[in-house]
Parts: sequence; structure tokens; C-alpha cells
Amino acid sequence: MTITINHFLIVSFLLFTIGLFGVLVRRNFLTVLMSVELMMNAVNLNLVAFSRRLSSLTGQVFSVFVITIAAGEAAIGLALTISLFRQRKTLNVEEASTMRG
Amino acid sequence: MKDLIWAIPLFPLAGFLVNGLVYLLGHRTKGAPGLHDPDGEQPAAESQKDRGHPHAHMHGEIHPRRKTLHTVVGTGSVALSCIFAFGAIFDSGLSRLSEGAVHVVTLYRWIPLGVNGAIGQVPGKVAEWFVDAAFRLDSLSALMIAFVTFVGFLIHVYSVGYMGHDEGYGRYFAYLNLFMFSMLVLVLADNFLLLFVGWEGVGLCSYLLIGYDYHKKSAADAGKKAFVVNRIGDFGFILGIFGVFALFGSLDFGKVFSAAAAAPAEVTPYMTLVCICLFVGACGKSAQFPLYVWLPDAMAGPTPVSALIHAATMVTAGVYMVARCNVLFRLSPDAMLVVAVVGCFTALFAATIGLAQNDIKKVLAYSTVSQLGYMFLACGVGAFVAGMFHVLTHAFFKACLFLGSGSVIHALSGEQDLRRMGGLALKIRTTYLTFLVATLAIAGVPLLAGFFSKDAILAAVFEARFPSAPVWLPRVLWTVAIFTAGLTAFYMFRLVSLTFWGVYRGSPDQEKQIHESPRSMTVPLIVLAFLSVVGGYVGVPIVHGGDRIGEFLSPILLPIAGAHGQEHHAPVSLELLLMGASVAVATTGILLALIWYARGNGETPARLAQRWPGVYRAILNKYYVDEAYGAVFVEGLGKGGGRFLWDVDATVVDLIPNGAAAVTRASSWISSLFDQYVVDGLVNGLADTLQAGYRLFKSAQTGHVQNYALVMGVGIFAIVAVYLVFR
Repeated sequence: MTITINHFLIVSFLLFTIGLFGVLVRRNFLTVLMSVELMMNAVNLNLVAFSRRLSSLTGQVFSVFVITIAAGEAAIGLALTISLFRQRKTLNVEEASTMRG
Repeated sequence: MKDLIWAIPLFPLAGFLVNGLVYLLGHRTKGAPGLHDPDGEQPAAESQKDRGHPHAHMHGEIHPRRKTLHTVVGTGSVALSCIFAFGAIFDSGLSRLSEGAVHVVTLYRWIPLGVNGAIGQVPGKVAEWFVDAAFRLDSLSALMIAFVTFVGFLIHVYSVGYMGHDEGYGRYFAYLNLFMFSMLVLVLADNFLLLFVGWEGVGLCSYLLIGYDYHKKSAADAGKKAFVVNRIGDFGFILGIFGVFALFGSLDFGKVFSAAAAAPAEVTPYMTLVCICLFVGACGKSAQFPLYVWLPDAMAGPTPVSALIHAATMVTAGVYMVARCNVLFRLSPDAMLVVAVVGCFTALFAATIGLAQNDIKKVLAYSTVSQLGYMFLACGVGAFVAGMFHVLTHAFFKACLFLGSGSVIHALSGEQDLRRMGGLALKIRTTYLTFLVATLAIAGVPLLAGFFSKDAILAAVFEARFPSAPVWLPRVLWTVAIFTAGLTAFYMFRLVSLTFWGVYRGSPDQEKQIHESPRSMTVPLIVLAFLSVVGGYVGVPIVHGGDRIGEFLSPILLPIAGAHGQEHHAPVSLELLLMGASVAVATTGILLALIWYARGNGETPARLAQRWPGVYRAILNKYYVDEAYGAVFVEGLGKGGGRFLWDVDATVVDLIPNGAAAVTRASSWISSLFDQYVVDGLVNGLADTLQAGYRLFKSAQTGHVQNYALVMGVGIFAIVAVYLVFR
């Protein structure tokens, strides 16, 4: 069986859905961050797959940018994690609801 | 030197400034330690001896050096004025002045108002309107400055002695200098407005000096009375000035009088109005009938002030003004008639009051009013020269009388009541002799000053003609005038008898302290007494060339030849007859006074007073004029009128503000309703709406990031779904 773009899209979709689910449902801030990473990797997979399919390097270049940005995002996210834990002695995101109206 | 006439009033002004400033500075530091150095004890010791001073209650001694300064500046500035005045007169030349030389010194353009040809009704009108600060030296102002500065200087010297122990010495000299400045501006002014400045200035100084002892209520009230009564006259005067300006378009003496001399007959009714307005001003300043009431009260001031301001100089300003405006008055026989009748009535009226007064200064005050009436009578019959002549001689003998009375008061420790005097002739010999000479002069004893001037007036009245009045009127005026001359002689000799002759009637305490006044007071008395003797010889009648004052003043005071008739001259025999009559009347008055008071100890007049108590009481109470004025003007017009006006105000005038208030209240009520329901409704409604919206939307803000992410995800899903379905 040949691997077509559909397979890539399905894997990417599954990864994104898992990530979205983690972001929406999980309480632990660290897990939420990891889920965001998952979603971004799903997008990367998509970009690379379409780059191959369309014989254009644009998608691959773009995914490199996304990886770079993801590194920054991870750094800021971890910093926020530490800051949050120092403030609240917990990483439960439900606790961090000071901005409630 | 005649170009320096502007300096004549400036010396006293400088004196006023120096004296005033030094007094103010000294007054503030008064009582400071170290002010009285040991050398200064001498005058203090003297003042202990001299308790009897009328102003002894103000016994703060002033620093001797400062006192010397006040004396030198106060009298020196007037002396300089006097020297400059005589210098200017002789520089101009007496003969040139009597030929009509007019010397005008313009200092600067005071009020320039540009060109206005529309002003002025009379041909010869002036196109350019302006008022200059200009002084004028002609024979009339020369006469005035000569005697004003000279008599003023004498009285300043006298004041050095009289006021010597008064705390307000510097203040006194400052006021006196200011008075000299104002008076000299008044007589030297070249236009009506500058004359008015001097006129008001002397009024102010009169007020200040009458109220000199301002802590005494009577003096303060007298000052206020003088000021208020003068205000009435000044109002008339200023209306007269407006009238002059309206008719001639200028206030300059030269222009107005030359235009008036050539004025057509149509202006006569206006002229009458203008002249009567001017005369009202003169009535106020010179204490004529309806407005004379302030002058007797003005005797509350220090006696030298009474002599200088309220006898010799200021009160003659009205006569001077009328004489200065003789060209205008000649245009209106009716106004002249008013002047003559008012003057004549005042002369008689005041003389009768003078008969029964018991205050030495009050007698002299009513005598002054009476003599001023004489002067106006002379002006009214057209004998302006005789009027000015009497101004001159009156200045000498009345100043002498007042200063003499001051000396008497000084000797008697401030006693002014004739009933507590008597027998002073030998005790204060110089005062007595000078007083007697001046009394003889005012009584019209032949060959003394008053005789000549009074006689000139009587002759002119006898010869007077009024076109609009009955022929017998001048005879009536003459009869009244000569009767008044008899009264004058009578009350003056009554005064001398009660003061100097007979036995002393005062307390023994005072008697011990009777002393002659210091040299600074007696020397002016002697000089003035001398002038009271010889002052009349400038106007000897009948003798050819004897009437030197008439010749001197003729260019200003005689009618311009051919314009309004020639001056009428009585035949010599008639003049001698009139003279004989006046001498006879004066002698009768004197003899009656001598018999009744000097020999009879006043029993006959007491019997007369008992027989006609009503008449006596009326005269003693000055015909109740003050009471009438008090009832009519103060109580009636002032307080009653005030109450009436209050009622009008409360009922009629207040309707307008009250109505306006009601309208405002109604409209504000409507406005408040609108505000409450519409404006507030809008604002509250908006707030309520916002509040409801906030309740609604605030629940969306959970603060949980995951909620937001979910909503965002659902939203993206929905939009994409919509996009896919409806593509």
C-alpha cells in the first residue's frame, strides 16, 4: 500500500484533535503546554505533507519557522509555569481565575 | 518777575507738602524715647505757665527743632509768595496795570479738546475748545494777591504765637499753607475752571480748619455744615460755568468777557440765568442770605483761621468772582437786582442778629456776613469798584478785629463769652488799642478805612438805577444800608464796651492769668490796625485824583466805554450830604452803644428785651433759621423724604424686582421638572441599561482560559461549518 497524502492528513488530524482535547480538558498547566506542542507539530506535519505533494518548499520553510517559534513558546510557557507555581503552589489552571468578571 | 506769577501759589504748596510730611512723620514717632533732648525742655516749661491757652487740652509738646521747621516753612513760604506778588505787581507797573495791562502766563494746556465749531451761541465764539492752566495778572488780581499774601503773612506770623503750644502745630500750618495755595490759584486763575479748582480748594481747607479740633463734636459738625452748605452754592456755580461755556464756547476770562461785551441783546435772558447761578455759588462761599448759616458755626475753628479764611480772604472770593464777571452781570439788570437785594437783606439781617450775640467771635461772624452783604449790594448796583474797595478795607479791619478777639480769648484762658469779660482795656493795652482802631474803622468813623469804602457803596446805592424795578427801590436799599451802618456801629461798640470797659465779670482764677499776648501776635495787630487807618486813602472821594483804587481797577471793573452806558457820578454836594448822613447814623449808633453799655451797664437793652420778649428771643436765636433748616431740610427733606422714598421704594420700585423674582421662580420650577424627569431620566436610563448589560456579559468572563479556548474552538468550527455549507 502506498502512503498518500490522506494518511498524513489523518495522522495530523488525530494529533491536532488529541492536542485540542488536552488543551481544553486537562487541568495541569504543564500538560496543557505539551498539548499545545502537539497541536503545533500536527500543523508542521500538515505543512510538510502538502510541501511534498505540491512540490513547493514554502511549506517546509514555514514549518522550520513554526519549530523556532515553538521553542520560544516553550521557553515562555515553562517560565510561566514556574511563576504560576511560585504564586499559587499549584499548577491547576482552574485555580488561576483571577480575571473572572 | 511778572513771568513768575505761577510761582506765587507754588510756595505755599511746597510749604504744605513739607509741613504735612514732617507732621505725619513726626506724628507717627511721637512719644518715642529720645525724642525730647534736654535742650527741648524750655518750651515745655513755658507752656506750664501758659495754661490759659484755648487749645491747652492738646498738651503734647512737639519737638522744638521740628516746631522751628514748621514755623520757618509755614510763614516763610507765604512771605516768599508775598515778595513775589509785590515783585510781579511792581514789575508790571502800577500805571500800566491801571491802564488795563493784562499779563497771562500759560503753564500748559490743561484740557485740550480739539476743534469744535458747533459750541457757542454768541458771535465771536471760539472754534478750538481747550482749558489752559494759566494765571492772569491784571489790576483786579493784583489787588487780590497783594492783600491776600500780605494779610495771610501777618496771620501766619500771628499763628506762630497763638498756636504755639498746640500739638497739631505742623498740621495747622500745613492746612494754612494749602489754603494760601488754593486762594492764590483762585484769584490768579485765568479761566473759570481753574478758578473753580481754587474755589473748591479753599472750601476744603475751610472744612479742614473749622474741624481742626476734630475731637470736639461741635467743631467737626461745624466743618461738615460748612462743607455741605458750600456744596449747594458750588452746585450753582458749576451750573453757571456750564452756562458760560454753552453761551461762549470758552472758559477763558479774556475770550468770554470780550465775547460778552459784544453779545447781542437776545442772550440777556440766558445771561440772567447764568449770572444767578454764578451768584448762588458766590452766596455759598461768601455766606449770603439763604446759605449764610455755615459762617457763624465756622467760628469753631482756631481764631487766626476765622480771621484769615472766614473774614479777610476766602469769604470775599464770592465778591471777587462777581466782580471778575462784572461784564456778564452788566448784561443782565435782573441778576444785578437779585444780587443787590440779597446783599442788602443779608446786611440788615446779619447785623440785627449781631446785636444780641454773647460770643465775641459770633458777633464778629455776623458782622462779617453783614459786611459781605454790603459788598454784594455794591456789586448789585454796579459799583464793583466800591465792592472791591470794601473787600480790601474789610480785610484789614476785620482781620484786625478777629486777631484782637483771638488775643482776648488767649488772655482769658479760652473764654469767649462777653458776659464774663469787661475791664480788659488796661490789662491788655496793645490788643485794646488795635481793637478800638479797627472798631472805629468798621463803624465808619470819618477818615478811617471803613468810612471811605462804606461811603463809596452808600453813594453808589443812592445813585443806582434798575430798569426793571420801581424807582423807589434804590432809595429803600440805601435806607436799609445806612440803617445797617448804624447797627454796625452800635453792635461793635457794644462789643468793645462789654469786652474792654467797665468791670471784670469773669472768675478770679482767670483774672490772675490775664496777660498780653506775645510779640508775634501783637505786631500783626499793630500792622493791621495801621492799615485800618490808612487803607482807605487809596479811595478818597470828591478830591480830584483821590480815587486811586477806582482808577486802578477801572480797566477791569468799569463798563467798556459806549457799550452799556456811562458810569454815573453824583454831584459833589449830594455826595457830601450822603457822607454827612452816614456819619450821623454811625455817631448815633456809637453814642447809643456808649450810653447803654459803657455807662448804663446794659440796663436799658435789658428793659427793651423785657418789653418785647418775642423780638429779643428771635434775634438771640438767630431768627430760628438753623432750626427751620433743621426742620425743613434735615428732618423734613432728609429724614421725612428719606422715609417717603423708602415707602416708594418698598411698594412701587420693589414691584419690579419682586415680579421678576416670581417669574424666575415659576420658570425655575418648570425647569426643575424638566431636569428631574427628562434629563435625569435619560442619564439614569442609560446607566440602568449599561448595568443590565454588564450583568449579562460579566458571566462570560469566567477567568478560565480553557473556557475561552473552547468558545474560540466552537466559534471557528461554526464559521468553517457555515462556510462549508453555504459556499
